[in-house]
Amino acid sequence: MAMAHVIRSEWTKIRSVASTVWTLSAALVVTVALGMLISALTRREFDSMSPRDRLTLDPTFISFAGMSLGQLAMIVFGVLVVSNEYSTGMIRTSLAAVPRRATFLFGKITVATALALVVGMATSFLAFFLGQAVLGPHGARLGDPGVLRAVVGGGLYMTLIAMFSMGIAAMLRSPMLSLGVLMPFFFLISNILGNVSATKKIGRFLPDQAGSRILQVVPGAADDTPYGPWGGLGIMVLWVAAALIGGYALLKQRDA
Amino acid sequence: MIEAVGLTKRYGDKTAVYNLSFQVRPGTVTGFLGPNGSGKSTTMRMILGLDNPTSGQVTIGGFPYRKLPNAPRQVGALLDAKAVHGGRAARNHLLCLAQLSGIPARRVDEVLGVVGLQDVARRRSKGFSLGMGQRLGIAAALLGDPQVLLFDEPVNGLDPEGILWVRNLMKSLAAEGRTVFVSSHLMSEMALTADHLIVIGRGQLLADMSVRDFISANSADFARVRTPDTEPQQREKLSSALTEAGGHVLPEQDGALRVTGLPLPRISDIAHASDVRLWELSPHQASLEEAYMRMTQGAVDYRSTIDQRAGLMQPLPPGYQPPIPVPGQGQPGWYAPPPPQPGGQPFVMPGQPGQVPAGPYGAPAAPAAPGAGGPNPYAQPASEDRAPAGPAAPAQPPASPAPAADLTKPEDAR
Repeated sequence: MAMAHVIRSEWTKIRSVASTVWTLSAALVVTVALGMLISALTRREFDSMSPRDRLTLDPTFISFAGMSLGQLAMIVFGVLVVSNEYSTGMIRTSLAAVPRRATFLFGKITVATALALVVGMATSFLAFFLGQAVLGPHGARLGDPGVLRAVVGGGLYMTLIAMFSMGIAAMLRSPMLSLGVLMPFFFLISNILGNVSATKKIGRFLPDQAGSRILQVVPGAADDTPYGPWGGLGIMVLWVAAALIGGYALLKQRDA
Repeated sequence: MIEAVGLTKRYGDKTAVYNLSFQVRPGTVTGFLGPNGSGKSTTMRMILGLDNPTSGQVTIGGFPYRKLPNAPRQVGALLDAKAVHGGRAARNHLLCLAQLSGIPARRVDEVLGVVGLQDVARRRSKGFSLGMGQRLGIAAALLGDPQVLLFDEPVNGLDPEGILWVRNLMKSLAAEGRTVFVSSHLMSEMALTADHLIVIGRGQLLADMSVRDFISANSADFARVRTPDTEPQQREKLSSALTEAGGHVLPEQDGALRVTGLPLPRISDIAHASDVRLWELSPHQASLEEAYMRMTQGAVDYRSTIDQRAGLMQPLPPGYQPPIPVPGQGQPGWYAPPPPQPGGQPFVMPGQPGQVPAGPYGAPAAPAAPGAGGPNPYAQPASEDRAPAGPAAPAQPPASPAPAADLTKPEDAR
């Protein structure tokens, strides 16, 4: 009963601020456009590639190339949804209206997650179809083995990134602090840790590295990842769960 | 009913609220007074379950807020009017709060009408003035038509018309049998709005009583008696005669006597019997503001120091003529009455014995006063808040039409 109220209220909240439209459309446009650009470049270079590269070419993964940038907009969406309450002071009014803080936080996260899922799926499918269209003869089809899993996984990945950001923002409260932690982490640190051989073994257990495994259909030649596509997504889900539980634990015991 | 028992809140080693116990009853407006930083807002947040008390507890209708069934329909609160998302339209702001507590959208339009914001309902609250924001906050508090209402500084930033509206709103809410708890640091505002007062300072309870009791407990009635300045020995004579008759006599700075414990006619009789002429015999009551200031004196956290004026002021550009001060204006003792000190002169007397008064109310240090337009009973020196407003009061109609600033003066004039 109370949950239904919170969900309806959060829907009003989320649709009545401009930042929702901006961040979500940025996530979609950036991911799709960059994916198309990389696809176009790949198509042009295909003829000059080595046979080995041609064999391991993963057209599905190429069309998702924009996701590394588009996910940043998803992070901003996730952070703003939660931290707006704190930066405006609305949190006091909200918590006075919903004294049960679990209901409030998870109602909010449910609404934002549902919206992120819809946009994430749309982004993923759009990026795939437009990317394959640009790749033309080298493209994959949705019916090919593993492709549908990767495309659906792309939508889930975007959603989980947003959820992870919501959990972090619930812990840190300040939008600037949350973005200041999350942006460099996903844009730089995670990539560096995942590509330097010394730290690779740890780096691939980070949420984005593990989660993005599901986007690959044709694994690389020297792939020694200890988890499969769903295993990787599972690791990411664990990260998200930890962030959300941490956020809730702090909200529950902290003064608003 | 709101009930606090031994409420204590510590932030680290700073104690914001200490051992606070009080009750807020339905059907009256209860004022919650204290200087800035005295713990009013912290207490409000604890009532609403937003902050957890370090010890003690506060309940509404017997339940701690977080256990209260259907809390938002029973309790409405205005904590911080600025706590809205500026990018959200006023109506949407209220709508999402209404939906949180399952209140129909129709009620949103009702409260928008009640606070007079129906014309800007679809505008973003970013562009709202302080007063409009305050009205939006009050609208949010009224949404659930609650039996218990909390307002933290509701009149901040409102114009006089808005202040009057809030005052009447509170009174009518209380008259409907609701519990209304209003915090303020303005004694004068509370004197007009509240029936009951809870005063805190430095997080501790200083007073919990009705406004009427607060006034009489904190400001004993007294009579001011003035004998001719020209004959000081008469003053001594009267002073001892009054003390003998059981009165308590305190000399005031300007030579008048502050007498307590004797009714006015008796003072007059004693003066007559001891053959002393009187220049003044007037009944007084210390103002509410004065009582409040005295009570919270030790509990003010932020006190200003004297500006040492480090000589940073830029020299005026060459050739610039500073404006010639208008005679009398802004100069103490020109024709304005002397500053209202405790025991300020109700009727301004000639400064030195033997000097001819410039007029019936002629100011002592202003021989040119009649030329400057005579004494101005309304020319109050700046420190209005120091209350007893001795000089101006007799010249003013007892029922002053001025709304907020003069609230305390009629007390004195009666």
